Amino acid sequence: MTESTLIKGADIVGRGRADVLVREGRVAEIGTPSGAGAAVVDADGLVLLPGLVDLHTHLREPGREDAETVHTGTRAAAKGGYTAVCAMANSYPVADTAGVVEQVAALGRAAGYADVQPIGAVSVGLAGERLAEIGAMAYSAAKVRMFSDDGHCVSDARLMRRALEYVKTFDGLIAQHAEEPRLTEGAQMNEGAVSAELGLPGWPAVAEEAIIARDVLLAEHVGARIHFCHISTARSVEIIREAKGRGVDVTAEVCPHHLLLTDAKAHTYDPVYKVNPPLRSDADVAALRAALAEGVVDAVATDHAPHAPQDKDCEWSAARPGMLGLETALSITVAALGGPDGVVWDLVAERTSRTPARIASLAAHGRDPEPGLEANFTLVDPSQSWTVVPSELASLSQNTPYAGMELPVTIQATFLRGRATVLDGKLTETAEETR
Amino acid sequence: MKHLLTTKDLSRDEAELILDLTGQMAEAVSGREVPKLPTLRGRTVVNLFYEDSTRTRTSFETAAKRLSADVVNFSAKTSSVNKGESLKDTALTLQAMGPEAVVIRHPASGAPQRLTQWVDGAVLNAGDGTHAHPTQALLDAYTMRRRLGGIEGRTVAIVGDILHSRVARSNIWLLSKLGARVRLVGPPTLLPTDIDAWPVEVSYDLDASLRDADAVMMLRVQRERMNDAFFPTANEYARLYGLDERRLALMPEHAVVMHPGPMNRGMEIAARVADSPRATITEQVANGVWVRMAVLYLLLTNGETR
Repeated sequence: MTESTLIKGADIVGRGRADVLVREGRVAEIGTPSGAGAAVVDADGLVLLPGLVDLHTHLREPGREDAETVHTGTRAAAKGGYTAVCAMANSYPVADTAGVVEQVAALGRAAGYADVQPIGAVSVGLAGERLAEIGAMAYSAAKVRMFSDDGHCVSDARLMRRALEYVKTFDGLIAQHAEEPRLTEGAQMNEGAVSAELGLPGWPAVAEEAIIARDVLLAEHVGARIHFCHISTARSVEIIREAKGRGVDVTAEVCPHHLLLTDAKAHTYDPVYKVNPPLRSDADVAALRAALAEGVVDAVATDHAPHAPQDKDCEWSAARPGMLGLETALSITVAALGGPDGVVWDLVAERTSRTPARIASLAAHGRDPEPGLEANFTLVDPSQSWTVVPSELASLSQNTPYAGMELPVTIQATFLRGRATVLDGKLTETAEETR
Repeated sequence: MKHLLTTKDLSRDEAELILDLTGQMAEAVSGREVPKLPTLRGRTVVNLFYEDSTRTRTSFETAAKRLSADVVNFSAKTSSVNKGESLKDTALTLQAMGPEAVVIRHPASGAPQRLTQWVDGAVLNAGDGTHAHPTQALLDAYTMRRRLGGIEGRTVAIVGDILHSRVARSNIWLLSKLGARVRLVGPPTLLPTDIDAWPVEVSYDLDASLRDADAVMMLRVQRERMNDAFFPTANEYARLYGLDERRLALMPEHAVVMHPGPMNRGMEIAARVADSPRATITEQVANGVWVRMAVLYLLLTNGETR
């Protein structure tokens, strides 16, 4: 199917207005193309960003299709402005073989709402004991480059060292969930004044920081690159800043909820605020915001973690950790970077699209529009705010911590290889093969 | 006051009112041939106990019956909880029975607060995880009032496993609100981190903490904590933080020894100390019934009928 679309009047990544002509899935012309016969999208007042890329998505398929599927999860992604998501390996079965990662990638293609790049497990069954068949996943059709035991820390120093070395073969990357498990046994929330009062076992900041400190040293020792998932503390920022200053090849992501919410939310005992790593203090939020602006933290990643109602509608300690993120991430990032008024869109694009695409080795994503490149981008209305209503989200689950909150900026349209997955702020019914 | 979830939420006036009512309950019932008041006749109180606690459940049951309420005991062992029914579903089942109050004991901190979202009746926290045990603190305060003549200006040492103690937390908020000086004593491993903002003094030295104490509250310490390296052995714990006769002698003459029970004799408290006239342990149990009567009365009648 050949189709062309003329996007008129968008502000291209905050650099100025131009018309963008898209033909056959690629950018054909930028400036003042005639676009005769093309479908016209009026983007007056909107900002065009390269399609967002999420380094950290739990799509729950296979295994927990009652919480999310690749189909519903990628619809949520498109609605949030994403054109690519990296699917975490903690499915059932675990994505620790070529077969599972290929299945997940195929489900993504079938859904058609966003490219799904599977992340492979580091260890068999996420058990932290033996290396998974990392090479088989790398050379499979899913072309896995990132590996993570997310949900679990690769806590064994020797296994971590070997993994860091092993993935160098194919320029792979280990994404570490930094959590020293002996310091977080039974942990329910940030260890601090609030956990002391509420009588919930604490998850101390040092459990994250100790692993990050160890792993930057390991990565430096073996000359490997390393990525840290969802860093949540001010001290983690300092350790990474120091390592980068020394030339260690380290990158880090932060989640929107760690840029906005604190452990004070636990006073409600509502497990919608239970997440791992946990919500921290005001000082941590401030440090993470500053680090994101500065670039010590490289990317925003959602850690989108849908859960079925019964896994949240219960006692705090019985609930599963995690919160939705895909549909609210851009709004919170814009706010965390000082927006919506006067936000630097180039910085927003860098942290939510270009850098994560580079970290995940997704060459077709994270690119500002240029003739010849795939048309993967999103249109943002910077002047509109919206109120989060859980039942109106595209995700199959409703465990958003932002219910009732008014957030800045809306996604008006998302294009994946030139096809609108979202138009006029609504999902299109475009579920078919797009490549 | 709709529910009683934690003493932290109580105002000083509310706390004083409950303690005053407690005294009135004791007086009102004590003179009677049949120790019952008709106040809550026709009302239903559900005891929803997810932990074995014969003493607390019995105390609540006795309190409710002395107020002539109908009591339904819903123990986790005889319900579908063990087959995996969620707290929410259990709550909705109870809700259908329309109880005026649900007394809940639960191993998860915050469970009573969650329950308030699913039932219409008053929720009484009878102990949740390591969070709160407000009626225990109220009965402790009442006992101190009776034994020490008041709480304002008194020094209370709470000794032992503060970290895992809902009794300690509830006493800290209540006693400090009532004007007591509260001192926490225990090994650093059993004290929560980040408690600078709490209205307490902290000490690691039990001997030094006893000399000016008007009351010492010994907390139950589980021997198994030594397996998680909170302390090396039960013997060493007893040596450093157990209340024996030598330590008892360090305290002022009038000072009392309290324990919420059940005790580990020989661990946190020596048998002779537990059985000494300085100990208020059985008195605490007796006062527990009056306190729970006062709370049930207050929550179910808003203090409107006498």
